[in-house]
Amino acid sequence: MSAAITTRGLVKTFGPTRALDGLDLEVDQGVVHGFLGPNGAGKSTAIRVFLGILRATAGEARILGKDPWHDAVDLHHRLAYVPGDVELWPNLTGGEAIDVLGRLRGGLQDKRRAELIERFDLDPTKKGRTYSKGNRQKVAIIAALSSGADLFLLDEPTAGLDPLMEVVFQDVVRELKSQGKTVLLSSHILAQVERLSDTISIIRRGVIVQSGTLLQMRHLNRTHVEVRTHRPVDDLHTLPGLHDLRREHGAWVFAVDPEHLDATMSHLSGHGIDTLTSNPPTLEELMLRHYGDELSHEHLGEARRA
Amino acid sequence: MSGVLSGSGRLFRLALRRDWVRMLVWVASLGLGTAAIALTFIEIYSTAEAKQAIIVTMASPAGLAFTGPAHYLSDYNDGSILSHQLLGFTAILIGIMSVLFVVRHTRTEEEAGRAELVRANPVGRYAHLASALLLTGVANVALAALLAVLLPLTGITALTWTGSLIFGAAHVAVGLTFAGVAAVTAQLTQSSRGANGLGIAAVGGAYLLRASGDAAQSDLSWASPIGWAQQSFPYLENRWWPLALNLLAFVALSALSMALSARRDLGSGMRAPRRGRASATSMLRTPLGLTLRLHRGMLLGFAIGLGLLGMSYGPFLGDIETEFSDISFIDETLTAIGGETLIDAFLTMLMTIIAVVAGVYGVMAVLRARSEETSGRGEQVLGTLQSRTTFLANHVIVAVVGSAAIILLAAALLGVTGQPTVDQPVIGKALVAAVIHIPAMWVLIGVATALVGWAPRATVLAWALLGYAGFVGYLGRFLQLPEWAGRLSPFSWLPGYPAEELTVLPLIVLTLVAAGLIALGIVGFRRRDLDTA
Ligand SMILES: Nc1ncnc2c1ncn2[C@@H]1O[C@H](COP(=O)(O)OP(=O)(O)O)[C@@H](O)[C@H]1O
Ligand SMILES: [Mg+2]
Repeated sequence: MSAAITTRGLVKTFGPTRALDGLDLEVDQGVVHGFLGPNGAGKSTAIRVFLGILRATAGEARILGKDPWHDAVDLHHRLAYVPGDVELWPNLTGGEAIDVLGRLRGGLQDKRRAELIERFDLDPTKKGRTYSKGNRQKVAIIAALSSGADLFLLDEPTAGLDPLMEVVFQDVVRELKSQGKTVLLSSHILAQVERLSDTISIIRRGVIVQSGTLLQMRHLNRTHVEVRTHRPVDDLHTLPGLHDLRREHGAWVFAVDPEHLDATMSHLSGHGIDTLTSNPPTLEELMLRHYGDELSHEHLGEARRA
Repeated sequence: MSGVLSGSGRLFRLALRRDWVRMLVWVASLGLGTAAIALTFIEIYSTAEAKQAIIVTMASPAGLAFTGPAHYLSDYNDGSILSHQLLGFTAILIGIMSVLFVVRHTRTEEEAGRAELVRANPVGRYAHLASALLLTGVANVALAALLAVLLPLTGITALTWTGSLIFGAAHVAVGLTFAGVAAVTAQLTQSSRGANGLGIAAVGGAYLLRASGDAAQSDLSWASPIGWAQQSFPYLENRWWPLALNLLAFVALSALSMALSARRDLGSGMRAPRRGRASATSMLRTPLGLTLRLHRGMLLGFAIGLGLLGMSYGPFLGDIETEFSDISFIDETLTAIGGETLIDAFLTMLMTIIAVVAGVYGVMAVLRARSEETSGRGEQVLGTLQSRTTFLANHVIVAVVGSAAIILLAAALLGVTGQPTVDQPVIGKALVAAVIHIPAMWVLIGVATALVGWAPRATVLAWALLGYAGFVGYLGRFLQLPEWAGRLSPFSWLPGYPAEELTVLPLIVLTLVAAGLIALGIVGFRRRDLDTA
């Protein structure tokens, strides 16, 4: 199976700003790929390069096997996009805007259009200038999803949607996946990506710092452990690979690196485990490790190897 | 690169659907206005003496600067009077129309973020440009067709079919050239405001070039696209070939704009954005400081433009004194408003035009409050402790002070560059003439403020009044409008100093009217809903 999106050393600068700084990204066909990163990490820039509306400064990108800058028009027959900030024509109604965008593609699937308007509870008779952010986003989502494209580039598509609509959106994305479509879903909302994505890339300052399946990523990261033992353990701090060790309500609480999990557990069971809760790292923690804490070089290196 | 133009047709239809009313208003008002003026001219210049008199008036540097090349005077018939006196003025309007249309469908779409949504579809890189140029071309051709049909139908024998066709074609030629100019400026600047500003500055520059060239009867007019159009001499020589220059420029500029657009990212200009300060200066933190910052570029642009205008007319003051001195026609019309010397009359007329352009700035500056409001930024600012009164008042203060400053600057430059050419002192006169115009300009600002407060969707009326004042100021004196029609322009209430005696009462009244309108507008703005989209 060929990849839907491949980039090699993609660089995009805006004057002094390096928005993409050697981006290597690989998204397989038929998957939902979460594209995760904090504000300003370069998600939108990357997606705009994939669309061929920004020209990469250096590096290479192939979208569905084509060059996004030179083959933009061809490519766009098979691709649909929802921008993070949707702006509509103030004097056109939402329904008209959907049709205008559809006609630019050479037509929409009318049944699908009607169904999506219904599901997203959009009033298509209101003028663009009177729509809220969420409603403008719905217009772009409906136009994109009624298009029959193979690849969907969705840039923080639900930032303005209420929780109810977000559920509808998740259902729709799952349907796309079941039809074998590819979805690139950018977000800084972790829960959303976690729930929908097969694979995930984390971008920071224009570089992918981690990439893989959720499982792989969890494996690469620390597990949180809260443990009570029959016999007191007082030598935990001597064990390698333990972090944030502290006592809380008579239990030991710490995080442990994946490669030291086994040894730590053996050590603990030697003292008779009474209760043990362990939590896989959430994406929140993955993010915190990469962006929240002061990053040591060692950690960055570790992440890159991933 | 495949399909760089794909989707142009569909974008054109979308543009047409959005803008057909706007287009109709432009085309109809320019077309019908021209026909109406043709009918007026034939009455004014019905006698041989009147024709002779106007020839003598126009055969001066000042007359030529305001109209067109002297060659028109060689056979001043009912047709060539029209094309000579009107084409230069209409060219400015067509130029502005074309710039606004092109920018509206290119840079504005990018700035609003809609181009991104559109271009994610199978729409070629040049499709926005192509559709905008097509739309503007259609507007211009429609105007030309209207003129070519309407003018012969007026029944004026001199307005022949051939001449009217050339006359119409000269309009398209100017329109297309500035459409091309705007296509390029839309690639250069990141904001639509900047693209419009540069485009309209180019129109002004082209007008000044031809004005200087025609006044001095030099080849300088050949450097101006408006000059080329005037060289077609409709109703006189009926030459096609100078219009080919306009067409060539259009093709070259369009090609250039497309080449430039391929070299830049969607949404950005040709230059990478500079980084700014990380935090606001203490000046910027004050509400007035923020407002001033928003207005800085526009104020500077107008100051430079009007300064150049003043400087380019100054050197002709001397010619007027010597060459106009024994013209009877001037005594009848220009001195109908009184006056001691011809320079005074000329100064009065020129100051009205400068004041109208400064009024354009004033109205734009007030309407900036409106665009801040509809963009949602106003909401953000007003969500802080800033009151609505302060918000609107700050924009109005910048408009009031800024417009006064630029008119004084233009007058000073006019006086300083004119002084060496004449015997009498003109600097002081020019400055006083400028001061006199300020209250009338403030009335325009007041009207705009009142509209922002009470009828925000109808702010176009401020432009209509301004356009009318400009029309009366530019041509009203030739047209001999009925008394009441002239009185609709606030400028007509001014004492015609230096041609007339200085009376202070109208100035006080106009200032009070302006202040009243501004206060009214602020009261309205406090009472109504904010309009955030
Ligand atoms: N057109 C532009 N001009 C200048 N800088 C830009 C432009 N677009 C994005 N940037 C900068 O590039 C970086 C990445 O931005 P973006 O891709 O929008 O991030 P994200 O979508 O992940 O929040 C930011 O530092 C942003 O300021
Ligand atoms: Mg973004």
